[in-house]
Amino acid sequence: MSETASTLSDLRRSLSEAALRGGPVAAGRIGLGVPALDEVLNGGLARAALHEVYAAEVADLAAATGFALGLALRAGAADEKAGAFSSEAAPGSREETRNGSSERSILWARQDFVDAEAGRLHAPGLNEFGLDPSRLLLVRARDGEGVLRAGAEAARCSALGAVLIEPWGEPRPFDLTASRRLALAAEASGVPVLLLRVAATEAPSAARTRWQVRALASRALEANAPGAPAFALRLLRQRGGVAEREWRVEWDRDRHRFAECSLFDRSFRTDHAAPLSRPLVPLSGDGQIAADGRDTRLRRAG
Amino acid sequence: MLTEMQGNALRLVDCDRRAVDLGLTRGMTLADARARIPDLVALETQAQADCEFLEALAGFCDRFTPLVALDEPHGLILDITGCAHLFGGERGLGNLAGRAMQRGGLKLKAAIAGTPDAARACARHGLGGIIPPGQEEAWLRPLPTAALDTDAETVIALSRAGLKTLAHLAERPSETLSARFGEAMAVKLRRILGHEDRRITPLRPPPDCVVERHFAEPFADTASLEAVVVRLIGEAARVLEARGEGGRVFELGFFRSDGAVRRLALETGRPSRDAKALLRLYRERIETLSDPLDPGFGFDAIKLAVPLCEPLDTPQHSLDGRAIEEEAVADLVDRLVTRFGRDRVLRFAAQDTHHPVRAAKALSAAAPLPDAAWSAPEPQEPPTRPLQLFEPPQPVEAIAEVPDGPPIRFRWRRLIHDVARAEGPERIAPEWWRDGSDEPMRDYYRVEDAEGRRFWLYRIGFYEAGNNPPRWFLHGLFA
Repeated sequence: MSETASTLSDLRRSLSEAALRGGPVAAGRIGLGVPALDEVLNGGLARAALHEVYAAEVADLAAATGFALGLALRAGAADEKAGAFSSEAAPGSREETRNGSSERSILWARQDFVDAEAGRLHAPGLNEFGLDPSRLLLVRARDGEGVLRAGAEAARCSALGAVLIEPWGEPRPFDLTASRRLALAAEASGVPVLLLRVAATEAPSAARTRWQVRALASRALEANAPGAPAFALRLLRQRGGVAEREWRVEWDRDRHRFAECSLFDRSFRTDHAAPLSRPLVPLSGDGQIAADGRDTRLRRAG
Repeated sequence: MLTEMQGNALRLVDCDRRAVDLGLTRGMTLADARARIPDLVALETQAQADCEFLEALAGFCDRFTPLVALDEPHGLILDITGCAHLFGGERGLGNLAGRAMQRGGLKLKAAIAGTPDAARACARHGLGGIIPPGQEEAWLRPLPTAALDTDAETVIALSRAGLKTLAHLAERPSETLSARFGEAMAVKLRRILGHEDRRITPLRPPPDCVVERHFAEPFADTASLEAVVVRLIGEAARVLEARGEGGRVFELGFFRSDGAVRRLALETGRPSRDAKALLRLYRERIETLSDPLDPGFGFDAIKLAVPLCEPLDTPQHSLDGRAIEEEAVADLVDRLVTRFGRDRVLRFAAQDTHHPVRAAKALSAAAPLPDAAWSAPEPQEPPTRPLQLFEPPQPVEAIAEVPDGPPIRFRWRRLIHDVARAEGPERIAPEWWRDGSDEPMRDYYRVEDAEGRRFWLYRIGFYEAGNNPPRWFLHGLFA
């Protein structure tokens, strides 16, 4: 009696899992929100695949992290532009997938050494980047092997929104076989797997695309304040497609999308009429803020 | 021969049979004993090691019954109610235990009786054996008063009064006994004579659900081991399902034929009775063992106990697949926790504070997350908190405008960064109720260098105040 019940529930589960896997979103692509970029990518990043993000230099790790996180968030959100390129997206299913998948968990496997070198993940910062921290599952692994194991385990779980794998340097287990395994797991589960590489040279892998990310000066806000996160992207490799192209994009947190920014056109997106950022006011009036009469005497400290 | 420091002299605490034959007794000083037998071999007692051995022995006896209590220093009490028939009756169980102890080089003196105290008195002070039900009083009356386990003075006092056996005591009215020697003694007497029962306190609390397999021949083959575990897990899942419960902790005990017991615990984040998921956890656990499961000469019993159960309703699959997804993620968390440990699989919980480090707490994903919502970021503003935070903050050298301008140039990790854009200061006051009043105020700046990298820097102290120049720290990195 109980055995038949469990068989029945197993069948039900596998059916609904298959339905989740075979949906239009799973088969589709992750549009980045930048038309020029999506066109080169044939409509966006393949969802059920492995993608690599390299930091151009160690100091660009934060930028690479931001870009990879942006991709993971794009994977979670349904894109209004995606429909234009992918024919599978039926109009009815889009709203459903937006509600369903935008709240899926994102698993981040991180090597301890990255924490020491580049700082720990800061939940309020993730929140301000657009990721609700309660959606994040963080696995801290001691070494590259642990990161790979956690990543591979997670890549098989079709209920995740995206998997981020962040080792440091070039641990031995990250070879071609390992990347093939990750790519196969991603294909089977339909979960995008993003491999974030820092302090590593390019090596042959089974990744569908490979990106190099460099920090880019942001569009200044009022009073020369740093603006939204901006990245200089370089598509190093795309299987069966054009590669070696560069873009300059910034992350639009409010709309969960990337936007292209032109280097020469500083007034880009002025139609948006963003209210200008105010200088922050100190919490207590102990030290006075230098008002207009900017004192230009410089002093060395520290 | 074992000795122990008692008072100021080394005294004998235990003698072997040959020593007893030579006329040595417990309590004698080592100097006296040496004077009588010069080539005496005396060793110091190791109470800790004795205790550990006894505990290991208790673990071994777990195969007979889940209720095993220590009776220090040299005894074990097993509650075999309802267990004896599995081992061929009480006599069979006694023989089995005796043979097992003999194999390990131990001599077992055992007694089986209706109450733990009766059995204990019979084993310690009598001949041992099996007391038929209801016959405790008749069997134990001839025992000396020492069986009451009181101090030596009481025994002497009793014997001076002419009370030498339990029978003498039992004949007196208990009121006079308790008036003279305390209520405890009267209770003890009633217990030994089987008039009153008591519960033993088992070393390991009895689990809510146990399934086990005993084998006629020990085996060491990994494949058949797993087959047994699969069946045990299936059985436990059925028991739990019938009760409408799920286990949070599953403990597998592998009983080796030479007496060693290896226990593996599987933990799940929420009550579970999913045989497949449990089996995956088991495999994961086996794979991550630092010292692999050593079968030695083989296992002769395997036991699956579920010490912690919680109500679990039959899962109802919702149509949108949301519950299934959540379940799949929870299964994944369980597997990761089994492999990497509780403190390495984390979720972030929001904290109500403005302190940058304390604003988030990383909690184990194995436990449910407290329900605290994150405030939505202010629209159209760039992130004001960094993605990655250094803990502790890293000191940097900086040149800055006075009195409280942003840095113009700073050196971090030997590299000079020229600041192109900056915003601040955002003053964050210390939490005096946690940090104390000495903690300085921090002025935070968001800066971007000429190459487009964004940093979160802060300054401690002011340029004008006193002689101490302010110090600069790098606290985080923005994307």
